[in-house]
Amino acid sequence: MPEIITARSAIAARTLDVSKIYGGGDATIRALDGVTVEIGAQEFTAVMGPSGSGKSTLVHCMAALDTPTSGSVLIGDVEVSGLDDTRLTRLRRDHVGFVFQEYNLIPTLSAEENILLPLAIAGRRPDPAWYETVIDAVGIRDRLRHRPSQMSGGQQQRVACARALVGRPSIVFADEPTGNLDSTAGAAILLFLRRSVTEFGQTVVMVTHDPTAASYTDRVIFLRDGRVVGELRNPTAGTVLEQMAHLQDVPPAVV
Amino acid sequence: MLRFTLRGLLARKVRLVLSASAIVLGVAFLSGSLTFTEMIGRSFDNIVGGSVSDGVVRLNRLGSATSLLRNLDQRTLPGSLVPQLASAPGVARADGSVEGQGLFVVKQNGKLLGGSGAPTIALNFDDAPNAAGDPTVTIPTGHEPRRAGEVAMDRRSARNAGYRIGDTVRMVTAGDQPRITARLVGYADFAGGGLAGATLVMFDTRTAQDLFLDGADAYTSIGLTAEGGVSQAELVTAVTPLLPDGVEAVTGDQVTDEVKTVVDTVLGYLNTFLLVFAAIALVVGSFLIVNTFSMLVAQRTRELALLRALGASRRQVTRSVLLEACVTGLVGSSVGLGLGLGLTALLRTVFAGFGLDLSGTSVVLSGRTVIVSYAVGVGVTMIAAWLPARRAASVSPVSAMRDDAALPEGSVRRRLVVGSVLAAAGAALVVAGLNTSGSTGTSMVGAGILAILLAVTAAAPGIAIPFVTGVRWAFGRMTGPVGRLAGNNALRNPRRTAATASALMIGLALVTTMSILGASTSRSVDAAITEQFTSDFLVSNALLQPFSPVVGDEIAQVDGVGRVARTQVVQVRIGDSTVTGSATNLEALEAIVPISFVSGSRALGDGQVAVDQDRAQSLGLRVGDAVRLGFDAGPQTARVSGIYRSTYLLGDVLVPFSTVTAASIVRADSEVLVDATPGTDTAALGVALEKATTDYPTVTVQTRQQYSDSQRAQVDQLLYLIYALLGLAIVIAALGIVNTLALSVVERTRELGLLRAIGLDRAQVRRMVRLEAVAIAALGACLGIGLGLLFGFVLQRAVVDQGVTDLAIPWARLALFVVAAVLVGVLAAVLPARRAARLDVLRAISSQ
Repeated sequence: MPEIITARSAIAARTLDVSKIYGGGDATIRALDGVTVEIGAQEFTAVMGPSGSGKSTLVHCMAALDTPTSGSVLIGDVEVSGLDDTRLTRLRRDHVGFVFQEYNLIPTLSAEENILLPLAIAGRRPDPAWYETVIDAVGIRDRLRHRPSQMSGGQQQRVACARALVGRPSIVFADEPTGNLDSTAGAAILLFLRRSVTEFGQTVVMVTHDPTAASYTDRVIFLRDGRVVGELRNPTAGTVLEQMAHLQDVPPAVV
Repeated sequence: MLRFTLRGLLARKVRLVLSASAIVLGVAFLSGSLTFTEMIGRSFDNIVGGSVSDGVVRLNRLGSATSLLRNLDQRTLPGSLVPQLASAPGVARADGSVEGQGLFVVKQNGKLLGGSGAPTIALNFDDAPNAAGDPTVTIPTGHEPRRAGEVAMDRRSARNAGYRIGDTVRMVTAGDQPRITARLVGYADFAGGGLAGATLVMFDTRTAQDLFLDGADAYTSIGLTAEGGVSQAELVTAVTPLLPDGVEAVTGDQVTDEVKTVVDTVLGYLNTFLLVFAAIALVVGSFLIVNTFSMLVAQRTRELALLRALGASRRQVTRSVLLEACVTGLVGSSVGLGLGLGLTALLRTVFAGFGLDLSGTSVVLSGRTVIVSYAVGVGVTMIAAWLPARRAASVSPVSAMRDDAALPEGSVRRRLVVGSVLAAAGAALVVAGLNTSGSTGTSMVGAGILAILLAVTAAAPGIAIPFVTGVRWAFGRMTGPVGRLAGNNALRNPRRTAATASALMIGLALVTTMSILGASTSRSVDAAITEQFTSDFLVSNALLQPFSPVVGDEIAQVDGVGRVARTQVVQVRIGDSTVTGSATNLEALEAIVPISFVSGSRALGDGQVAVDQDRAQSLGLRVGDAVRLGFDAGPQTARVSGIYRSTYLLGDVLVPFSTVTAASIVRADSEVLVDATPGTDTAALGVALEKATTDYPTVTVQTRQQYSDSQRAQVDQLLYLIYALLGLAIVIAALGIVNTLALSVVERTRELGLLRAIGLDRAQVRRMVRLEAVAIAALGACLGIGLGLLFGFVLQRAVVDQGVTDLAIPWARLALFVVAAVLVGVLAAVLPARRAARLDVLRAISSQ
């Protein structure tokens, strides 16, 4: 019986017995194997696990970028599976924010245009006060007119964070947002994500393999071989490392 | 390195297909044109070879050049000459030939057979052999014409006219018996195979003489057959002493050569006409190739740098790209050759519609066509790929290691400078050319226009930046962020956008130029007709074929007809030039239409000639000068009586009818101008004239409006043909847009994935790609139409002297071109847009 991970607060998104199978026959890969998780609203959640554990696939499914083979995904109250491409797109646009590891910005647009792009696509106007708050929080006010090619990786990633938050999404997904950055730039990003949860009441789910990054979160979900194998509340880098080491030792549960 | 190149080619099949397709279309057009004209040439060779005998005795002709437009000759050879020649040494037999001129068959439905194209050849039937010893004509079905009232026709013409053996065939002639009928008694087979659409009508010799030679025992030429072992030259030498004055004997080979010269000249024009369009297609195609190879090289920068890092020399890299171009060219040329054969078949069908029936000649690909096609196809591809190949070689090995591997791009500013200098030079040439008379001036204008075209092509990236920035603003206003993104994409690589647009620009510049010239010509013709055509009706033949004077006589009898004036087109040789003139009764003509004399007298008496102002200037003639008028029958000396302002209705010289008669030219009318008596209802008179001429399908009765409509229709017809041919260049330009967009989509896979992730839906992605295409097409359209307006204006100024006096700009048509160009862009974007919209979001984001 797989462990069911529940949230303590209100639920921002959840998966119910989600499986994702690639290929067929001998080459079948079970990227996700019956995962049921709940993501608490206004929480900062980390998803961790070794390479191939399915952590990115899980986040992609929850973010409506990928469709699970079976099981269901809900963002807020909306059942994601069964939505057509147009509805999925609209859901992503209006309710989900993204920060990717790299290539996060459109090179032809300025930082400001990049930040406002999802709203522009949706035909929405930004809330000016919130916009100012976000810009100040990421600290790129002096870079707004710059093109991505004129900014450092850390600055680009901060612009991406601002873009993810400016539309006040129900949930923000960050896939290894600090993977390409040095520790100082990475820390700035993590601090910002932390603040956006604590101060602005946002919900953030972050995929990472870095225990230090995980230590900024409220809760860590551990995956291995497509299954949830553990959970940690109020993690520190030490407890995360310990848990990871522990997972190395224990063979995955066999059903 | 070779294997590496070929692998690379196979890995990029779509690119290969797209850039090869430009070559395919260009080469197809090239080889199709060549094959088609060769086919026509062969068809005529067969006709000539099948009909010419060992030697021919004929009346003297003026000069050696056989003109297409000949006067109707009244001279004949005496019948007694035939037995004389037959008994000459070395002559096996002599056969007198009677050729009727100006005869047409009337179809069952009352229309003229072959009236708009191939000629009708009327001959006496005999069993005379050609130089190969075969009878020229045989009658396998039915029997030969034996007596008056019998006629044989070639089977195809009989079928087209709707006649079968036993039917009564109606014919019209330009002679004293304008209407004749005869019973079809046999189908004639021609030894040369097909007749290229010509109609062959045969009578027995006696009847032919009655119909065409006023019943005299005479012939128009005599065919000679040599005895065994006697050469053609010996045959001619043997009979020459027997010939009267004004008669010559020539070898069959010489006749063949003469005809071939004429055929080749005409085919040369046709070939040049078609090849110009093939060249345009290839030039436009080379833009597509330059662009494709630039993009391929840009995409492979990393790969090329790696090769360099692994030890490949610059030359090896260049050669690898050129080899790729060579293979592309070979593949494109091969497919193009195949497609060219299809095009030949298409051209054959089109020309069959104009009356040139080549069904008797097979389509054969000649070695010359194959070699030319490959040389041009491969050559153009490799030349176009040369610059990108050079750029590829300049990739430094270290870029393999860097993330931001990019090719050095020539500066846009430098190209703006080059463009400006070229444009200034071109403008100077145009201005100078317009102020220089004659062909030097025209060449200067042409060179200036070419320089301006090149200038704009060179400067296009510099023009693209402000233009597309404007378009982006407009798109942004209309469609918001999607439009701005599309504008940004088009601006991302201005050189690529500009090169893609340039292909469309060239096509549209040419189309616009031709439209303006066409409209200006139409308007000028209209103006000239309004001013000069003051008669109520014009009776004429659409092809300037002469018709019997009896028609004019009958018209003069119609109730309500007042004044009547006639003109006959005559070809006259003055000095070294053949001049098309009009024979007329000037007094009668002037009573109907205005002719303004700049000097001399209005009276045109016997032995006098009036000369058109421009022609007088080029010939250096003044009033009172004596001038030698050359005709086949011999020269006549005439005195210049007056010099008149050029008119649309008349030829370059005017002579009285007595000159025509003296030159042994058959009196036949080309135009009859008719005025109604005062108070007559012209509409009713028109109906009466129609009725009076129903039996003469060779002539049409037209009011001024109808005449100017028919003249305009001719201009339009030519214009539409040119549009169709230029359409090829537009198709290639559209392929270029497809290519550029397809590559853009591939290059921006990750970006598209990101956009999809943050909320761009599929329809918006498609719209973004489509708008990028529209931006490119709009750039091409605006540049092309702008240039076309300039060129059209300049060329109209350059040909003012040739009668295109009024400038007309068909704005509505130009607006239609812009719309069509934008549509071309939208259509070109269909597949790339679909591909972009179908990208899997996740895979796009994670792709390298």
